[in-house]
Amino acid sequence: MATLRLKQVAKRFDDTDVIRGIDLEVNDREFVVFVGPSGCGKSTLLRIIAGLENATSGDIVIDGERINEVGPADRGLAMVFQSYALYPHMTVEDNMGFSLRLARVPREERRAKVLEAARVLQLEPLLDRKPKALSGGQRQRVAIGRAIVRNPSIFLFDEPLSNLDAALRVQMRIELARLHEELDATMIYVTHDQIEAMTMADKIVVLQGGVVEQVGSPMELYHHPRNRFVAGFIGSPKMNFLPVEARGVTTRGVEVTLPGGGVSEVAVNGAGSRTGEALELGIRPEHLLLDEQGPLAGRIEVIERLGGQTSLYVRMDDGIVTLTADGDVAHAVHDRVRFGFEPGRAHLFDGQGQALESLQRHPLSELGRRDSRADPEAGA
Amino acid sequence: MRTRASGRTVGGLRSLSLQAPAVTLLLIWMLIPLGMTLWFSFQRYNLMMPGMEQFAGLENYEYLLTDPALWRAMGTTLLLVGSVLAISVIGGTLLAVLYQQEFLGRGVARVLAISPFFIMPTVSALVWQNMMMHPVNGVLAWLMGLFGLPPVDWFSSFPLLSIIIIVSWQWLPFALLILLTALQSLDDDQVEAARMDGAGPVAVFFFITLPHLKRAISVVIMIQMIFLLTIFAEIHVTTSGGPGLATTNLAYLIYLRALLEFDVGGASAGGVIAIVLANIVAIFLIRMVAKNLED
Repeated sequence: MATLRLKQVAKRFDDTDVIRGIDLEVNDREFVVFVGPSGCGKSTLLRIIAGLENATSGDIVIDGERINEVGPADRGLAMVFQSYALYPHMTVEDNMGFSLRLARVPREERRAKVLEAARVLQLEPLLDRKPKALSGGQRQRVAIGRAIVRNPSIFLFDEPLSNLDAALRVQMRIELARLHEELDATMIYVTHDQIEAMTMADKIVVLQGGVVEQVGSPMELYHHPRNRFVAGFIGSPKMNFLPVEARGVTTRGVEVTLPGGGVSEVAVNGAGSRTGEALELGIRPEHLLLDEQGPLAGRIEVIERLGGQTSLYVRMDDGIVTLTADGDVAHAVHDRVRFGFEPGRAHLFDGQGQALESLQRHPLSELGRRDSRADPEAGA
Repeated sequence: MRTRASGRTVGGLRSLSLQAPAVTLLLIWMLIPLGMTLWFSFQRYNLMMPGMEQFAGLENYEYLLTDPALWRAMGTTLLLVGSVLAISVIGGTLLAVLYQQEFLGRGVARVLAISPFFIMPTVSALVWQNMMMHPVNGVLAWLMGLFGLPPVDWFSSFPLLSIIIIVSWQWLPFALLILLTALQSLDDDQVEAARMDGAGPVAVFFFITLPHLKRAISVVIMIQMIFLLTIFAEIHVTTSGGPGLATTNLAYLIYLRALLEFDVGGASAGGVIAIVLANIVAIFLIRMVAKNLED
């Protein structure tokens, strides 16, 4: 059992507010990802949880106990660093067993625990090597092994995959997800890579400028971003934003005038919007559909063919729109195309960048990486 | 002969001819003094008796090796080198860790701590002799007076200890400088990882900091050893090797033989013995350092 609660946690460095009052709840066995652009305070927040930095104000509570004043070693947490931070003069085995050695665990017991962790991570043949003689992925696994050996209540990961090459990153991502399943532990993971966040998280915390922008399951953030920042940050390629004007509110949503004069409907609650109000339409590239009768038009400037799918960069009067189409589209550069979208797939943002609420919740939006309804605890 | 990927041989005639001038110069630089020392060491050659030079065989060595002063001087040399090394390495490591901490005026404190290294040996010896250890005017005597203790005449009561203190004072900053630089390259993440693993400050020092400094420490030992084997100015200025032979090291013994007794032959024999001693030390040292650098 390990739950974590942050209550109004804030951090000031000299005159800069790095973290501005964050409230957060992490449930037992949850995989929580902190994601945000660099400088958003996500690493600092993790270091505050780890005890490597002190919070300027607020409470950090683990399993109901306030631990602000508890040292990093006594919080029962383990951290995996971006640089791995292996001890270069120790063998893999000594690296992994270091915490036990400090805790004066007898040699036999120590070895047993290290071997167990090495088995989980397939590190057994490397136990006698020094970190220098390991590849990046192996070092990463040793760093994780060092955390596992401590049997922590919560695992903390600080951008652990950012030093690996792309292929290895995908592999380690899968391995981490498998590890989470096998260890059944609470994990907090910091990354700037929204793909890592989407693929691994049960719950994503999007941070910007030291503030939580939104907390939710990956699908909730994807389908129901609360504001323009989250909408733009989650999803790849990025969401397109088009300036539109509200024409009127109906029971099916808001009718808007699109750039180029076309009219379309967006299935959001327009209770607060006036006719003639300037809004911003957000639509993901994969939700734009090529359509001869579509309300939007432009000229293709660049085509990227990936085989299975094709990205079209379409020049409109006021900017470029990205459109992800089927791999078999026959269009060529400089073709004029018309396209549209389903009303339920688009988002509207008001002048402050806040999203207007969708009329329908997406059916998957409550789903984590692990289906919470199928949680083994419920049956057991 | 090894070949490069390009197929050209390494160490071919052209590169050999380019290296030759430098190598030749170095060889001459080394071989001529060495040869002359060896030559003189087999001669009966005293400056007080000009024109009486003749081949002496091993007489100079026989005389020297049976002289108790030589063994005393060798012991003094090793004691001096060993003590100064111990003091400067241990003290330097501890000071390096101290000066790595953040505190007000750290920059100034670092410069002050390193400054003794920039003072020339004769001057620092004079400063210590006349201002620190002087039984009447010295700061130490004054300090002891504050506690009602009688002043100590350092150079006659503890001559070798006094020399060790002076030389350590000079060389500790060097060790500090090298070790502080090495310490700055220690990855913060490693220390933080150790802290998360449950290491307190002492455990971090012994398990993380010290292994990280191992290489720098071996470099400090090697460089200092080279200079400490030939300590001369501090002894010459303060005790002149005395009282008796209490502070006469090998370098000073050779000086006594050559320039006070004008016995060039005997002094050269002493020089050869010093070379042998330095080489024995160097073999152990280079092995140790090489092993450290390999890791």
